[in-house]
Amino acid sequence: MNAQTQTENTHTIAVLVDNEPGVLARVIGLFSGRGYNIESLTVAETDAVNNLSRITVVTTGTPMVIEQIKAQLYRLVPVHEVSDLTLEGDSVERELALVKVVGTGEMRVESLRIADIFRARVVDSTNESFVFEIVGKSSKVDAFVKLMEPLGLVDVSRTGIAAIARGVVGMEHVG
Amino acid sequence: MARDQMNGSEIILEALNEQGVTDIFGYPGGAVLPIYDAIFQQNRIRHVLVRQEGGAVHAAEGYARSTGKVGVVLVTSGPGATNAVTGLTDALMDSIPIVCLTGQVPTHLIGNDAFQEADTTGITRPCTKHNYLVKNVADLGRVMHEAFHVARSGRPGPVVIDLPKDVLMGLGDYTPKSKVKVKRYNPQVKGDIKQVKAAIAALAKAKMPIIYAGGGVVNSGPAASQLLTQFVKMTGAPCTLTLMGLGAFPASNKQYLGMLGMHGTYEANLAMHACDVMICIGARFDDRITGRLDAFAPDALKIHIDIDPSSINKNVPIDIPIVGDVGHVLEDMIKVWRSTQSKVDSKAMNAWWEQIDKWRHVDCLKFNQGKDVIKPQYAIQQLCELSRNLKKEVYITTEVGQHQMWAAQYFGFEKPNHWMTSGGLGTMGYGLPAAMGVQIAHPKSLCIDIAGEASFLMNMQELSTIKQYGLPVKSFILNNFYMGMVRQWQELLHGGRYAESYMSSLPDFAKLAESFGMVGLQATKPSEVRDVIKEMIKIDNAVICDIHIDPTENCFPMIPSGAAHNEMLLGPNDETEKPVSEEGMVLV
Repeated sequence: MNAQTQTENTHTIAVLVDNEPGVLARVIGLFSGRGYNIESLTVAETDAVNNLSRITVVTTGTPMVIEQIKAQLYRLVPVHEVSDLTLEGDSVERELALVKVVGTGEMRVESLRIADIFRARVVDSTNESFVFEIVGKSSKVDAFVKLMEPLGLVDVSRTGIAAIARGVVGMEHVG
Repeated sequence: MARDQMNGSEIILEALNEQGVTDIFGYPGGAVLPIYDAIFQQNRIRHVLVRQEGGAVHAAEGYARSTGKVGVVLVTSGPGATNAVTGLTDALMDSIPIVCLTGQVPTHLIGNDAFQEADTTGITRPCTKHNYLVKNVADLGRVMHEAFHVARSGRPGPVVIDLPKDVLMGLGDYTPKSKVKVKRYNPQVKGDIKQVKAAIAALAKAKMPIIYAGGGVVNSGPAASQLLTQFVKMTGAPCTLTLMGLGAFPASNKQYLGMLGMHGTYEANLAMHACDVMICIGARFDDRITGRLDAFAPDALKIHIDIDPSSINKNVPIDIPIVGDVGHVLEDMIKVWRSTQSKVDSKAMNAWWEQIDKWRHVDCLKFNQGKDVIKPQYAIQQLCELSRNLKKEVYITTEVGQHQMWAAQYFGFEKPNHWMTSGGLGTMGYGLPAAMGVQIAHPKSLCIDIAGEASFLMNMQELSTIKQYGLPVKSFILNNFYMGMVRQWQELLHGGRYAESYMSSLPDFAKLAESFGMVGLQATKPSEVRDVIKEMIKIDNAVICDIHIDPTENCFPMIPSGAAHNEMLLGPNDETEKPVSEEGMVLV
């Protein structure tokens, strides 16, 4: 095993943390301070009773680097659990995006038609614009945004990836 | 007011008291005045007034490292906290348990750029193991006790508690230690027994094993050092120690190869390079240890015991990782070795020791002490010899540079917790305040800061503290008028262009000592060294010894940056034959 010759892979890592001030800064600081990549990051409280938040982070690295990232995350005091969803079996990953398209005439009709194919919903509308809501894998969102570009795309807001393991097992809540 | 309510400052002192704290190092200021007022009104905890907050943290580090207890620091907001940052980073790198209390502006002023406000939790987040901003006095007791738990358990480290002034003055209930249940951060202490068995099986088959131990053994407590000694003896394997691990295995033992790494011994580094099984115990494969990674112990099966999983597989791929406290794991390893009736291959082992003896025969630490100039190696050797059979314990601290490496090479340590040095961060100015902290913890002992003159100047304001508390700290300055290690690297890598590494305006150190009511001694000739050391040891007062050493002397042996263990430079004549590679030059 040699660090230089190992290939890089993308991993989705779920981290269960205490919902307290500074916890996100700790996680982000760890990535920037040690030179790791963050490709996507989402965070929200998921357990109000135990005051826990769940962070989903997508990162790329060699197996040795990914192992380091997980060990470094686990070392943080407010971190209760670290789960590598890419390694630990199948998982579901979803991202939501809000996509604003401005146009009239045939362009406007075309954007609506494509939205229908992608099962994107219209959540705001004026005579000259739509805001579409699209949910799916990041690749699906990418494809949708690309198709909207020539049709008057003016704004995109994406949530980043939320992910969860398939099957019966959940992340252990410490409490 | 309910009777059991206290103000925040009283809660802090009560918590410190429950944690067994007897000494704290600090410097007052506006934001922490309520704590100082509470300190004034009690006599269970002694406060040691330093002269700069950086000195307080290093003193607490020396105190912690020499006692195994948590060192406690108290500083004010803003500049008090920022001055502490270097010490905190030092403690993080060297895994020293510290709790640092920092003052903060009142909660309603936080974020307003108030006088002496700094974002202390923001600034210290990357240089602490954990930090807290306490916004409610009701949380204070719990936070204090959790902070001590975090600082001392697992891989120890510094913890900051930022304390807004209104929290220090507000009333609240105290949560005693017995009521605090730390639900988070419970590091694994016991190693996986399957892995332990695999490690023993590998060791029993080894023909050229080596045990490489570090500061983790010292951190685990004196029992771990005893277990290590026992384990090394029963396996018959050679043992080498890192800079942070010195004293974890007795230097006088025949199986000891000396320190390894950049300025380690020839035999230790060559044995590391050639070994077939390596057991790393509480060390972290630092770049000063490994040299060039792709040539590091190329044929060895590597076993790594560490309480911190992030240390494993960080720099060097490990075959058998064991996560756990080294004391516990060594106990299990000894049990398994016995119960499986493991034996080493004695024929192979004899051959291995024969090879090691050949390397030892090179005598890599030899030096020539002539009649005219004092060799630093000689000075340290004499210091070690003359302080060996004293009735008191001897504690050594160092600054950072050539003198530090010479101290590590020539001062033999027999016991753990007697050697305090800044290893990971390499903080010049560490040694004097650290020696002060050690002396506070061990008032009757002989505490010596082996220093270089440049490092000494970095925190010499603490001479004033040493004077105030009547501490008999000895400063043993190896004075070569240069930043010696900088000069050595300039010689090796930059064509001898000694940019800014020479100091032309040094003080008269003997007179400096006298100005603080201490004793100043000086040696300029080899014949004076022993007398000066004897005199220094005899004097029951702080002493500064100014030892004028050969200004051209370099630290050898040496693995140049970017080189492998088997590409060591043994002395100045070796330098020209093995020039440093281009890749090596960019490394530090």
